[in-house]
Amino acid sequence: MTARLGWAPYALLLPSLLYLVLFFATPMVQAFALAFQGPDGSFSLVSIQRMVGDASFRNALLTTLVLVVLVIPIQFALAMSMALIINANLRGQGLWLYIYALPLGISELAAGIVWVSIFTQSGWLNSILMGIGIIDRPITWQSAETPWLLIGCVLIGEAWRATSIIMIVLVAGLQSIPREFLEAADVYGATTWQKVRRVILPMLRPSLQVALILRTILAFQVFATVIALAGTGLDVLAGEAQRWATDIDNDNVAAAYAGLILLLSLASAVLFLVLLPTREEHQA
Amino acid sequence: MTAAGRDIPMARRRSGRERLIGRGLTYLAAVLLALFILVPIYLIAVSAFTPRENAFDFPRSVIPTAVSTDTILFFLNASGVIDAFWRSVAVAIITLVLSLLIGAPAGYAVARYLFRGRGVYRLSVLATRAFPIVILAIPLAVTYRVWGIDDSIIGVALMHTALALPFTVLITSSVFISVPHELEEAAQTLGCNPLQAFLRVSLPLALPGLAAAAIFIWVLSWNDVFAAVILTLRNPTLPAKILTALTQSPIYYQFAAGFVMLVPSLVVIFFIRRYLLGLWGRVVK
Repeated sequence: MTARLGWAPYALLLPSLLYLVLFFATPMVQAFALAFQGPDGSFSLVSIQRMVGDASFRNALLTTLVLVVLVIPIQFALAMSMALIINANLRGQGLWLYIYALPLGISELAAGIVWVSIFTQSGWLNSILMGIGIIDRPITWQSAETPWLLIGCVLIGEAWRATSIIMIVLVAGLQSIPREFLEAADVYGATTWQKVRRVILPMLRPSLQVALILRTILAFQVFATVIALAGTGLDVLAGEAQRWATDIDNDNVAAAYAGLILLLSLASAVLFLVLLPTREEHQA
Repeated sequence: MTAAGRDIPMARRRSGRERLIGRGLTYLAAVLLALFILVPIYLIAVSAFTPRENAFDFPRSVIPTAVSTDTILFFLNASGVIDAFWRSVAVAIITLVLSLLIGAPAGYAVARYLFRGRGVYRLSVLATRAFPIVILAIPLAVTYRVWGIDDSIIGVALMHTALALPFTVLITSSVFISVPHELEEAAQTLGCNPLQAFLRVSLPLALPGLAAAAIFIWVLSWNDVFAAVILTLRNPTLPAKILTALTQSPIYYQFAAGFVMLVPSLVVIFFIRRYLLGLWGRVVK
C-alpha cells in the first residue's frame, strides 16, 4: 500500500505544512524583523531600547519570572498528587480524572474572573473567613499597594486553572510504567514514599520533562488571569506586549516583547533538556 | 477468614491496617483536591445567579438565598455582548472547518502511512503545540493590515486555525489509528476506489472521534483572548469584549461573563475525556 500510494501521504500533509509555514514560521521570523526596526521600518535597535527603557519593563520582567518560578513547583506538586491518586485505582477512577481535568477547558479570563469572585472585597473568601470568625473586617486582597498579595491571588488562580495539563501528561506517563516494577518494590517492602522516590520519579522523567517545558512556556505568556485579578496592579510581559500593540499602537516594541517571551521560552526549554536528561540522551 | 487471620504474623497484619489507613488518606486527598477544583466553579455559579441588587451583600451566604437569571440577562443585554457572542461563534465555526479540512488529512496520513519524514513531521507538530501565541498575534496584526483583513472575523479565525492545527493533527491521527485499516482494504477489494473506501468505511467509523476533535478546536478558539484582543478593535470576540470592558464594568457583569464563558468548557471536557490522554499525554521519545 505504501509503495502503490507513495505520493499520497505527502499530498495529504501538504496543506497543513503550507498553512504552518504561512501562519507559524513566517510570523515568527517577522516578529524578530519588527523588533529590530525603528518606526520608519529601517534596521535599528531603537525599539529594543524603548522596551528596555520603559518604566514598566523591569517590573513586567520581574513579575513574570517570579510567577513562573513560584507557580511551576506548586502546579507540579498538585499535578503529581492528582496523577498518583488517579493511578491508585480508587473507585470512580474516570470521575476523578474528569474532575481534575475540568479546568483544562476553562479560559484564562474565565478562571481569573472565577477567582475575582473569591478574592474581591465583598467576595467569598472574606465572607467565609468572617463566617468562621477568623476576621471581623473584610481584608483587601487585591490592591496595587500589596503586590505580593496580588501575586498570591494570581498564583492560586493559575494553580487552579493550569495544573490539569501537567496532570494529564503525568497520568499518561504513570500508566506506561510496567506494573511489575511496582509489584517488585512491594515484594521488597517499599513504602509508598520509597516507591515514588525510587521507581516512579525516575521512570517518569520523560513525562516530567515534557510537562515542565510545556507548562513553563505557557507560564511565560500569563496574561488574562493577571488582568482580571490584578488589573493595572501587576505588569507582566504579555500584558506589556498587548499594551504596546493596542493602546500605544507601536508594533515594533510589542514585537520586541514577543521576541523576549520567545527567547525566555526557548531558554527554559533548553534548561530543562540539560537539567533533566532522559536515559536515551545519556547514551547518545 | 478469621481462622486464617490467626496465622498471619503481626508484621503482616499491621501492614494490612497501614494499607487501609493509606487507602483512606488517598481518598481524603482525592476529595480535597476535587473540592479545590469544584468549589470555585460552584461559587461563580452562585455569584452569576445572584440578583444584581444582592451583588454587594456582605457577608454572602454560600447557600444561595435568592436565585435569579437577572445578572446573566443584564450581561447578555449589555451593549455589544450579543454581537461579540455571535462573532465568537462564527470565529469558532470557521476555525473548526478550516482546522479539520487542513488537519484531518494530515492526521490520516500520519496514522495510515509509513513514509519518509513522518518522524520529523510529528515532531514539528508536537513542538508547535506550545508555541507562544504572543509571537504569532503581533506580526499577524501587521500582516492583516496589508491584506485588509484586520479587525475581522476571518482574520481571528485564520490565527486560531494556526493554533488549533497541531492539536487537530494529533487527535485525528489517534482517531484514524483506532479505525482498522483492514476494513478500508476490504472495501477496496470489493470494488471501491481509495476515496470511496475512505468516505464509506473509515469516515463513518471515525465520526465520533472527529466530533471530539471538533469540540476541542471549538473550545480552543472560544477561550482565546490574547490573539483576539490584538487582532480586533471594533469587532471583538466575546473574550476580547469582556477583557476590554473589565475595568469599566460592575462586578456582577464580570461574574455573569465568567460563568457564561465557563459553561461550554465543562461540557466540552466531558465529551472529549476519552481523548485527553492521547492529546496531551504523548511523550516524544
